[in-house]
Amino acid sequence: MIRLAGLSRTFPGPPPRPLFAGLDLHVAHGEFVAILGESGSGKSTLLNLIAGLDVPDAGSVVVDGVALSALDDDGRTRFRRERVGFVFQAFHVLPYLTVAQNVALPLALNGVSNAEGDPRVAALLDAVGLGDRAANRPRELSGGELQRVAIARALVHAPAVVLADEPTGNLDPRTAASIVALLRDTVKRHEATVVLVTHSRAAAAVADRVLELRADGLVPAPPA
Amino acid sequence: MTTLAVARAVLRGAFGANRGRTLVATLSIALGVALGYAIGTVNRAAIAEFTQGVATLSGAADLVVRGPADGFDEGVFVRIARMPAIAAASPIVEVDARLPSHDDTLQILGVDAFRAASVTPSLVGRGATALDLLRGDRAFLSPAALASLGRAVGDTLDVQAGTGLATFVIAGTLDAPAGRRVGVVDIAAAQERFGRLGRVSRIDVRLTPGADAETVRASIATLLPAGVVVARPDETAAMASRMTRAYRVNLDVLALVALFTGSLLVFSTQALAVVRRRAQFALLRTLGLTRRQLIALLLAEGAALGVAGATLGIAAGHVLASLVLRVFGADLGAGYFRGEAPALAFSPTSAALFATLGVLAAIAGAWLPALEAARASPAAAIKAGDDESAFRGMASSRPGIACLVAALAIVALPPVGGLPVFGYGAIASMLVGTLLLMPRLARALLVRMPRPRRPGVALALDSLRAAPGQATVSLAAIVAAVALAVSMAIMVASFRDSLAAWLDRMLPADVYLRAGGASSSGWLDPDERRAIASLPGVRQAEFMRVLRITVRDDEPGVALLARDLDRANAADRIALIGDPVSVAAGQPPAAWVSEAYADRFRASPGATILLPIGGRPIAFTVAGLWRDYARQTGAVIIARDAYVRLTGDDRVNDAALWLAPGASADAVRAAVDARFGKDRLTFATPGEIRAVSLAVFDRTFAVTYALEAVAIAIGLVGLSASFGALALARRREFGVLRHLGMTRRQIGAMLAAEGAMVSSVGLVVGLVLGGAISLVLVHVVNRQSFRWSMDLHVPWAQLAAFSLALLALATLTALASARRATAGDTVAAVREDW
Repeated sequence: MIRLAGLSRTFPGPPPRPLFAGLDLHVAHGEFVAILGESGSGKSTLLNLIAGLDVPDAGSVVVDGVALSALDDDGRTRFRRERVGFVFQAFHVLPYLTVAQNVALPLALNGVSNAEGDPRVAALLDAVGLGDRAANRPRELSGGELQRVAIARALVHAPAVVLADEPTGNLDPRTAASIVALLRDTVKRHEATVVLVTHSRAAAAVADRVLELRADGLVPAPPA
Repeated sequence: MTTLAVARAVLRGAFGANRGRTLVATLSIALGVALGYAIGTVNRAAIAEFTQGVATLSGAADLVVRGPADGFDEGVFVRIARMPAIAAASPIVEVDARLPSHDDTLQILGVDAFRAASVTPSLVGRGATALDLLRGDRAFLSPAALASLGRAVGDTLDVQAGTGLATFVIAGTLDAPAGRRVGVVDIAAAQERFGRLGRVSRIDVRLTPGADAETVRASIATLLPAGVVVARPDETAAMASRMTRAYRVNLDVLALVALFTGSLLVFSTQALAVVRRRAQFALLRTLGLTRRQLIALLLAEGAALGVAGATLGIAAGHVLASLVLRVFGADLGAGYFRGEAPALAFSPTSAALFATLGVLAAIAGAWLPALEAARASPAAAIKAGDDESAFRGMASSRPGIACLVAALAIVALPPVGGLPVFGYGAIASMLVGTLLLMPRLARALLVRMPRPRRPGVALALDSLRAAPGQATVSLAAIVAAVALAVSMAIMVASFRDSLAAWLDRMLPADVYLRAGGASSSGWLDPDERRAIASLPGVRQAEFMRVLRITVRDDEPGVALLARDLDRANAADRIALIGDPVSVAAGQPPAAWVSEAYADRFRASPGATILLPIGGRPIAFTVAGLWRDYARQTGAVIIARDAYVRLTGDDRVNDAALWLAPGASADAVRAAVDARFGKDRLTFATPGEIRAVSLAVFDRTFAVTYALEAVAIAIGLVGLSASFGALALARRREFGVLRHLGMTRRQIGAMLAAEGAMVSSVGLVVGLVLGGAISLVLVHVVNRQSFRWSMDLHVPWAQLAAFSLALLALATLTALASARRATAGDTVAAVREDW
């Protein structure tokens, strides 16, 4: 599903700072991979490369059979719109939309009609336990609830890949545990492939495979 | 770190982060201050020059006796001079001399040099020999007159007398005020050459030491014929000042409007800056900054903008004033102070006044945002992400509705001291009320907009519907600017349209001739009148005598127009308002009074009025009201035959000619030139008069158009700065949308759509408000300021073009802001704290 080969990226300076070089990764369809790493190790950059938000200095990124290097910015944007879902550390739900409208946003961008999209939104909100909060505004929700909205939004358009960047970073341990469990259950139910980057070994523990990002590449993380 | 240091740090941070908006707000305050100071300075310079002119030309006179434009019996002078309390009296003949090949006139005073020497020495010429003072062919000119005419001592000066020429040799100069254009000749020569035999225009009187001026004034008043008044010289200057007050106040109000717009921009800037820093302020409050300290801090921010704007404004105002004086003249093109060339002086009082107003306007703009910041609960505000709650305090509609109700309540109240105080008050209330209602109005309009199909545009609408507060705050200045521009456009169009219609009605003849105005040196005698009527190609001729008479001692004079007219069909010649009143046999003869006359002297149709004609008060019946855009202080039309019977004066100033079929205006012009000499009579067709009148009108309103354009430009720049700030503040949102699959173009389109929607709201509200304000301008402000009524005329095409242009500009502005905001790495913005 995701194939990274010989991937190199240097953070433009000054002075330029190599993040990784010759990195390879293969993630199978439906697999849940967690990537651990220190701050500044390039975890988020790696996600951006997989999402087509950034371009590598060398190497190739193929996601769901699409070689991102063959696409221009608009092409990569369309690819992301159709095939990628995101979950962020700071939730990033739009404050001026209701919970349901936030979840429906990827559908709207993909041109899915309300008639077709509304049942999917309702089903996903039920799945994340927010079926009764559809009309609420984000300011009326807790952090954990906001992250559930983000998970629903990440999955509503049935993406091939979900990329999660520190999704539990702003949550207390208990809520964090429930969120990663929910994320795992939901993506597994939707048969999506997941790459989760995190500091938290507890969060990473739910993954099928846990890797660590180092200067010399991705290596299996030692057991906690 | 002291509180002061904290304050400094916060201020530095605020101005540093909002450079664009801070600059716009500062410039807008500067503009308001500059306009106010410049207009005030120019007006003061004109009035000071006029007052000084009156003082110098009145010399040591304690009292001045003044009569109608064609003068009064010189026997009055003899009677006054003999009074025991009179030390000296100096008779003067005043003539506005037409100058061949010149558009303007030169004031010529005929004086008795010996008498003038003891009352008004500045009117005694200085030349090579004293004998020149007594010679009828000698004239003495002020330096300004010599300069404007391009003459020197020893040259000759030709002026029109009747339809002929009077030639004088310039024998010397006068000690007149620097800017005053005036000439002096011997009084006997003036009487003889300008057809004023046995008549004088004024008498300057110096009292004996110890004489009580008021007692003597009362004694003199008993000797005076009707229409001749006695006053102190300073009262003359005060009257001139009063005549121009409404015009000056209107200009001052325009300047204050600019300051108000500046205040709104400070409000927008501060409101948005406060919202952006809610969390910072909450932190400071949590750390121990009191509410009062926070308010003081934010008001200090506003005051800092005000001080910068005011300093800049005063400097710019002084430059502007000198430019205005040079380009438009002392009256900004309105024609009140012809003959004056005032010098500009820096006025510390005026500078202090407008600088203070500028600072107060900026503080007023910062007031509401400061209160909001202080009111916010630190615990809630420190959690960022709910900026819109900062605008919930503006959600109450009561203050806005109260302002609108107050406007309705006061709009129809009568003027105060001749000024439409309540009209202005109503306009201010309407503006403030509407701005206070903006969040509600915006929500109501946005809810009614259909939800677009395109997701980016739909998102734009969702964003605005959910958070109209921030958008409407950015709109305050543009709504005010649009409303004022629209109202002025409607008022000016109504005025122009009414003026054009009035000209069409007032100019029914084919050709018009003019020998001179009310106190002019040009006139036509009966022989010349008959000669004109019998010129080849002339089918019909009507003549008019124009005079200026004083109806009441303490009021400026009014024009008396003695016209040839058919009493039964007067409505054909006069722009009557309403139906004419028929004057029954036995009633005093008919007089048709202008609206201004009717307002000033409370004369209604059917009433009897007394007009001083031929030195006697003559009763007339008001046979109708007419619209007159030419004379602001009022005018009365009477039949010329009645005037001739009363006075024996059979001279005329103007002629209206109807041509025979097949006759051409050019042929008649050639015949007139052949008979009277080239350029002795002003010759014009109605089309030419119409074109010149409308050109003068447009020139007069050029200042207004310029101010409107500046207000709109400032509003747009302010809107752009606000859009930019709002867009920058939403970079993380754009980052998220980029993650979710929106292209840069889609985000640009979304922001452009937001800009278009917000501007549409501002435009709709501005148009409606502008329409309402225009009604007040047309029916209250103009009527009460200038006593001019007009028919409402909405320039739909002009407004539509204006609206489209503004909408396009605002959308482009939003797009440019979006470009700036989405340039660079919006993706990285997602990682910033939300």
